[in-house]
Amino acid sequence: MIPAAFEYVAPASVEEALAALAEHGDEAKIIAGGQSLLPVLRMRLNAPEWVIDLGRIESLRGVRDAGDHLAVGAMTTHHDVGKDALVHEHALLVSKAISHLADAQVRHRGTFGGALAHADPAGDLGAPVLALDATMVVQGPGGTREVAAADFFVDLFETAISDDEILVEVRVPKHTGWGASYEKFVRIAHQWPIVAVAAAVRMDGDRIAEARVGLTNMGSTPLRATAVEEALVGQPATTDAVRQAATHAADGANPPTDLNGSAEYRNHLATVLTARAVLAAAGRDAT
Amino acid sequence: MTTTDDPSLAPAKEVGRDRRRKEDERLITGRTRWTDNIVLPGMLHMAMVRSPFAHATITSIDTAAAKAAPNVVDVFTGREVADVQGVIANAWPLSEEQKTPDHLPMAVERVAFAGEIVAVVVARSAAEARDAAELVDVEYDELPPALDLKEAAADQVLAHPDLGTNISSVWTLDSAEGGTGGNVDEAIETARADGIVIEREYRQQRLIPAFMEPRSTVVDPTGEQYVVWSSTQIPHIARFLLAATTGTPESKIRYIAPDVGGGFGGKLQTTPEEWLTFLAAKRTRKPVKYTETRSESLMSGHHGRDQWQRLTLAATKEGRVTGLKVDLLADLGAYVGVVGGGVPVLGAWMFNAIYKFDSYRFTTTQVLTNKTWVDAYRGAGRPEATYAIERIMNELAAELGEDPLEVRARNWIQPEEFPFTTVAGMTYDSGNYPAATERAKEMFGYDELRAEQQRRRESGDPVQLGIGISTFTEMCGLAPSRVLGQLNYGAGGWEHAEIRMLPTGKVEVITGTSPHGQGHETAWSQIVADRLGVPFEDIEVLHGDTQTSVRGLDTYGSRSLVVGGEALVQAADKVVERAKPIAAHMLEAAPDDIEFSGGRLQVRGTDKGVTIQEVATAAWAAHDLPEGVEPNLDATATYDPVNFSFPHGTHLCAMEVDTETGQVTMRKYVAVDDIGNIVNPLIVEGQVHGGLVQGIAQALWEEAVHDDSGTLVSGSFVDYLLPTAADTISFETDHTTSPATSNTLGTKGVGEAGTIASTPAVVNAVVDAVRHLGVTDIQMPCTPERVWRAINSSGPGGETPGAAAPHFDESTGMSGTVDRTTGGAE
Repeated sequence: MIPAAFEYVAPASVEEALAALAEHGDEAKIIAGGQSLLPVLRMRLNAPEWVIDLGRIESLRGVRDAGDHLAVGAMTTHHDVGKDALVHEHALLVSKAISHLADAQVRHRGTFGGALAHADPAGDLGAPVLALDATMVVQGPGGTREVAAADFFVDLFETAISDDEILVEVRVPKHTGWGASYEKFVRIAHQWPIVAVAAAVRMDGDRIAEARVGLTNMGSTPLRATAVEEALVGQPATTDAVRQAATHAADGANPPTDLNGSAEYRNHLATVLTARAVLAAAGRDAT
Repeated sequence: MTTTDDPSLAPAKEVGRDRRRKEDERLITGRTRWTDNIVLPGMLHMAMVRSPFAHATITSIDTAAAKAAPNVVDVFTGREVADVQGVIANAWPLSEEQKTPDHLPMAVERVAFAGEIVAVVVARSAAEARDAAELVDVEYDELPPALDLKEAAADQVLAHPDLGTNISSVWTLDSAEGGTGGNVDEAIETARADGIVIEREYRQQRLIPAFMEPRSTVVDPTGEQYVVWSSTQIPHIARFLLAATTGTPESKIRYIAPDVGGGFGGKLQTTPEEWLTFLAAKRTRKPVKYTETRSESLMSGHHGRDQWQRLTLAATKEGRVTGLKVDLLADLGAYVGVVGGGVPVLGAWMFNAIYKFDSYRFTTTQVLTNKTWVDAYRGAGRPEATYAIERIMNELAAELGEDPLEVRARNWIQPEEFPFTTVAGMTYDSGNYPAATERAKEMFGYDELRAEQQRRRESGDPVQLGIGISTFTEMCGLAPSRVLGQLNYGAGGWEHAEIRMLPTGKVEVITGTSPHGQGHETAWSQIVADRLGVPFEDIEVLHGDTQTSVRGLDTYGSRSLVVGGEALVQAADKVVERAKPIAAHMLEAAPDDIEFSGGRLQVRGTDKGVTIQEVATAAWAAHDLPEGVEPNLDATATYDPVNFSFPHGTHLCAMEVDTETGQVTMRKYVAVDDIGNIVNPLIVEGQVHGGLVQGIAQALWEEAVHDDSGTLVSGSFVDYLLPTAADTISFETDHTTSPATSNTLGTKGVGEAGTIASTPAVVNAVVDAVRHLGVTDIQMPCTPERVWRAINSSGPGGETPGAAAPHFDESTGMSGTVDRTTGGAE
């Protein structure tokens, strides 16, 4: 497990990192926490000539209260986001998802922005970020631009980040007071989800006022179960009503078939897990 | 114990104490001599070029670019070393007619599985060797691969076209022919007319022995002897086979298994990598190291299990089994490994398990395919047998509408019937199946859980509860040499020990067993401490180096304690006998008046005595020894067992099944094992817990999956699902004790028990949870999808899709060079 030789640079600022990226272009890969890139390098599935490490750019770390949203620095580790009190208060769904993400070692090394930029549709952060209508801030030679999460995930391992850009911040709109649940379905604890469902719910008395539902590993990108969200509005948070709404969970999904499950099975799981996630987010016993 | 003994003065017994393992500090901290930690002056490193194709002719290999790469010292291909590379041997041909394809360390003309080595690069650093390996340009002509076991058995595509068939061997054990029982076909006919016949087919999926330390070999050719360090279970056997197959005299080879990080049978092999490292050292005249990557380990270290099992069970209407017919198809993979077809054959005596059957016939057909070769994996033959019989006994109970424990009890060998010769011809020396079962039921809360199961069924709870049973036995202590000879195995089954009494009174114990995580250093010290009456701390256990451990047959098949432990006892007893005349001389008494107890040689009826450690010092000084007595207490013993040992146990498992998703969750697991006398309960606990997890993993998680071109898609731990502590529960274990009668210590062996017993307990529990929904079988591993499909009437399983999740492949958007050196088909 020896990677091919590469040159390594660890700039101290985003500007320096962008300059390195501009200089080396196709020959370079950015490393954030390295939890996806390093295995790929060690298995020699890739052999970039340059690796640009963002790990020394302090300005990319931390969670900030920015009024109507939380600003999460792209290089903040999963562990730091997951334990953050602001995130817990205003974006509970993110906290819930991180509590299921990989294992403790990965959570301490892997980064919020790195995982999103890697865009593995089985990653645990895409669905919650999509469900909460986050905005991605990417920086390039011409400055920063904002990309809605819905436009960010383009395809399998492909995002709207251009070759000369870096993801620097994720803005998560505050969902204060919303209930949340992340239902992750695995065979063993440390694997990627076969399917997972991220649900956030705002209750109005006994009824669901608003719901947000994101799906993990149900297509080439994280998906939003908009048909379910719409069907839930105004519904009582009862098992029957929620299950009825959740029958639409896999509408428009195109899940993979692999050794952990067929597409048909994943479609089925999506409906079951969606109902459970919504009921849990609504504070109801999922059974 | 005599009445004059004062127990307070006697040293505490070591056997039975839960000693912490003395080897663990260095093993766990990694500060020890793992093979890959060994660095020698001028050492070179190797990298392998492996075939990405399951079956192909090698049309050309261009090594020019690799040879020109920085710091590359040597590059060679199979053709260049065809006459000097030796062969990888099969030690257990099942018949004269066995078809055994030539297994060369490196392919010369044709590759027969994806991962087979086609070229070797030797360089000054491991990184340079790996870089240069990518420059080796190999051209292949692909051949159709034989992949599916049943199709291969029908010779639809030939794994080795020159052999003309994929059937390597057929092996049969028949109780009527052997005189140990009746005719099974007659029993089945009778049962068809007036009884019960149950026919089932079970799948043993292909597994990979995923030891923690990848295999590694260092060869130093700079002295008079070649010194080979290797992460192996079998240094003695490997030395013999290296000499036998390469022509290098055995006396010129010193083989060392230093500390070895796990094996589970996966290091019970002589490997192409070892042979090629040896060859590279010979060619370059420099020390050479090769350490495999995890990907290489999963792909090219031998695999385990992989069988189809067809069973026909005949019983009376009252549920007494009258006959069992077993028909196995066993996938050998591309080559016949060191044990090879012997693995399924080891199950031949175990399908009848703890039951009294009237008739029995076992047939196994070994089939060659174009996959990694298959050999021993923890339990080797016995887990397969136990799985099948314990599954089908549940089916019999279901047919009868009775509790599966009651149906089993009706067919058990009773405690008063030992020694008992089974329908397969084995003589079980001891056991008490009702006692272990009663204890297990009590710990499990069997009746309460059955009541809860009933309640959940009646209320239609989406989460159903199942109770799984496995009342297993196994044969341990491989093996009486006489039996191995009858079976045409290439070696004996004895074990050797030596005890050296050092001048300071310290004791060196040299064992021919080769621990790779078992804790022999601790347990062997306990045995010798008691036997010689010396402090535990004064004993050092040496192993694994053929220069100190000159004779031995290594560690596998739960043999180390029951065979090697008895050798220790006999050697220790010889030391005492050698000490007696010297002690008598020291004490001015007659040798016949010397009695030995608690480490003291004492004149009978007096308090005059010396310790054996004092005698050791006196013997070394040799200033005043009796006439004709050698100044030396050391002793050796080579013990050949007269019989196998037969641990047994009752395992009970409760599984919850979420009928909406098919998810399975373990609720409770109780294991009551009868392994005879216990030397170290803490080590036993570790063996049982680890074994249970490994067996549970076969039931639920692990499977080697290939795609339809023969590429291993479960080629990393992303897709080959190994459990961690997060996936298991706290097991409840206990023991009943029926000492083995075949060895002094009364031990039976525990290395494989947990693995053998747990797999059917778990699957039986899963099936039991949903049997009322019409399910009678779920294929292993019981994935949530398989369970869900079984509930929804879609059958027990079917092939796992041959597609890996794309977390780490070329689609990750990190497109670059795909590494042909690790067999990733591009």
